[in-house]
Amino acid sequence: MKYKGRFGDYGGFYVPEVLIPVLEELEEAFYRFYEDRQFTTELAELSKEYSGRPSPLYYAKRFSEYVGFKVYIKREDLLHGGAHKINNTLGQGLLAKYMGKTKLIAETGAGQHGLATAMIGALFGMETKIFMGVIDIERQSVNVHKMKLCGAEVIGVEGGTGTLKDAINDALRYWTAHVTDTFYLFGSACGPHPYPTIVKHFQSCIGIEARQQCLNQLGRLPDMVVACVGGGSNAIGIFSGFVDDKDVRLVGVEAGGRSVSAGRHAATLVAGKVGILHGAKAYLLQDAEGQIHDTESVSAGLDYPSVGPEHCLLKDTKRAEYVAAEDDKVLDAFGILTKSEGILPALESSHALAYLISQKGKLNAETIAVVNLSGRGDKDVSIVEKCRPMGN
Amino acid sequence: MKTYKQVFSELKEQNRMALIPFFVIGDPDFDTSLAIVKTAIDAGADILELGIPFSDPIADGPTIQKADIRAMKSGINMKKALEFIRIIKEYRDVPIGLLMYYNLVYQYGTEKFFSDFHKAGVNSVLVADLSIDDADEIVGPARSAGLDTVFMVTPVTKTERMERIASITTGFIYTVSVLGVTGSRDKLSNTVDGLISKLKKLTNVPVCVGFGISKAEHAVTVAQAGADGVIIGSKIVGLIENNLDNPDKMLSDISAFLTEVKSAI
Repeated sequence: MKYKGRFGDYGGFYVPEVLIPVLEELEEAFYRFYEDRQFTTELAELSKEYSGRPSPLYYAKRFSEYVGFKVYIKREDLLHGGAHKINNTLGQGLLAKYMGKTKLIAETGAGQHGLATAMIGALFGMETKIFMGVIDIERQSVNVHKMKLCGAEVIGVEGGTGTLKDAINDALRYWTAHVTDTFYLFGSACGPHPYPTIVKHFQSCIGIEARQQCLNQLGRLPDMVVACVGGGSNAIGIFSGFVDDKDVRLVGVEAGGRSVSAGRHAATLVAGKVGILHGAKAYLLQDAEGQIHDTESVSAGLDYPSVGPEHCLLKDTKRAEYVAAEDDKVLDAFGILTKSEGILPALESSHALAYLISQKGKLNAETIAVVNLSGRGDKDVSIVEKCRPMGN
Repeated sequence: MKTYKQVFSELKEQNRMALIPFFVIGDPDFDTSLAIVKTAIDAGADILELGIPFSDPIADGPTIQKADIRAMKSGINMKKALEFIRIIKEYRDVPIGLLMYYNLVYQYGTEKFFSDFHKAGVNSVLVADLSIDDADEIVGPARSAGLDTVFMVTPVTKTERMERIASITTGFIYTVSVLGVTGSRDKLSNTVDGLISKLKKLTNVPVCVGFGISKAEHAVTVAQAGADGVIIGSKIVGLIENNLDNPDKMLSDISAFLTEVKSAI
């Protein structure tokens, strides 16, 4: 490898020897193409015409009145596919095309990354396989169906807890046997180098746009930027636009699940300990000997026991704060935004909203918060109905 | 304590290659696992490759994943793994290589891990998810603890990298015969001959071949290609899985299979 892929001591590429050549090839291709004029032109066109960028920055007036300060919503939920995931799959998919790869594999939790990969597979005419935990297949069946409609094969993963972690394990195993023709389109800003760098690069459009929109629409930078964190791709995407603006607070909200104090959660940065999983050194949820814990969250997309290495560094350097929102508060937040604005947020993004709601009465009325609404909540309606039945 | 060097030079005099079975410590439970490993030694194992189970074994196929789950359910932890190794070493002085995932070593404390397991009788620790690029995290502590170092070479490893791998390997090179994870396979990869002869030209470090070795004839092919040892994992672990309700047959099947391979090579 040309670079170490470290964020402080975090990150790196802790993988079996068989994966080294393919990661080297990916690193080389990324640095060859990411600033290449033809590549960036094609990506910019597709981002505009296929994905629907730029996404609006919307002033949520009634939600702001509810919390008592000004909330601006970065509407990644409006992108094609219904989530920020398309930014990354379009970028990596195009990279795969430039590398001459014809087959895509990807892991998925909530199905948003799987769907965004399946769409790109269809767009570029590539054979696509999506690895997904059997529990997630059950709780996100609509997305599974959509992936299949796009022509992707969805492979159910039974190992472990049948969630995102296990999907990554099996995608990595499949990749080791098919390194010569298959591109692994990794969905979050974690995993082995160069993925955290690649995913951040393709998601940084969120932060670049949001910062410029703040300056144009508000005439100033926000006081706070809030995003949910599972692996951390939407958060690192929006944080990257503001990380050098020292007065802008960055807040990442993890999945508090049933209960953080009872250990039934996925709040890796809040409650984890440093270790090595899926190719990277990062905070992990694990027992004293290093066996990885089962995680728990109402949102499949945050149900993951590790986190992106750059978030680990941002935590240690205190540039960003990381908190957890428990399922109950998240479901409240889903309801409050939907009722006050007519916008259905994904349960993942509802974690960020839950944090804002927790600040009600604590911030002055002139405070400006930007929240990344990373995805729309249509996929979650049946889960919400199950947790909070509305009756007839 | 017997070293790899002694084993390989003894075998060379007899014109034989090393038979190296792999087991997950504590699969399916502590006592049965002990009986299995003792049976393997009696059937002619020259070196033992032992794994401590991990929750997320990304380099392993379904057979060894299931073995990891069985062993974890039976309550294997680091303390019991150390005890297991001590008992085996009391039974017979056969060299032991551990095959591990890095997080378990890291959480234990790398230096303490190497030192404690060396004292218990381990000769080397191969960390499946740590490549030579980060070898400085383990090679120093391994050498200070008195351990040999073992690294992997695969069919897609470039020549220049093979040389670097060979230069920091003191025990044996673990040569992966196929692209992919561990698991039994009907046919041996046709690239393995070339890989072995290439490595033999590059280095004097012994070359052992694993992944997908499932039959005596595979071992013979590997021997003819010039390998110094053959590592058999999933095939044997599968014999455990197939006989979970009949421990006597489990032991006799394993013994019969290893005896057959031993006599073939």
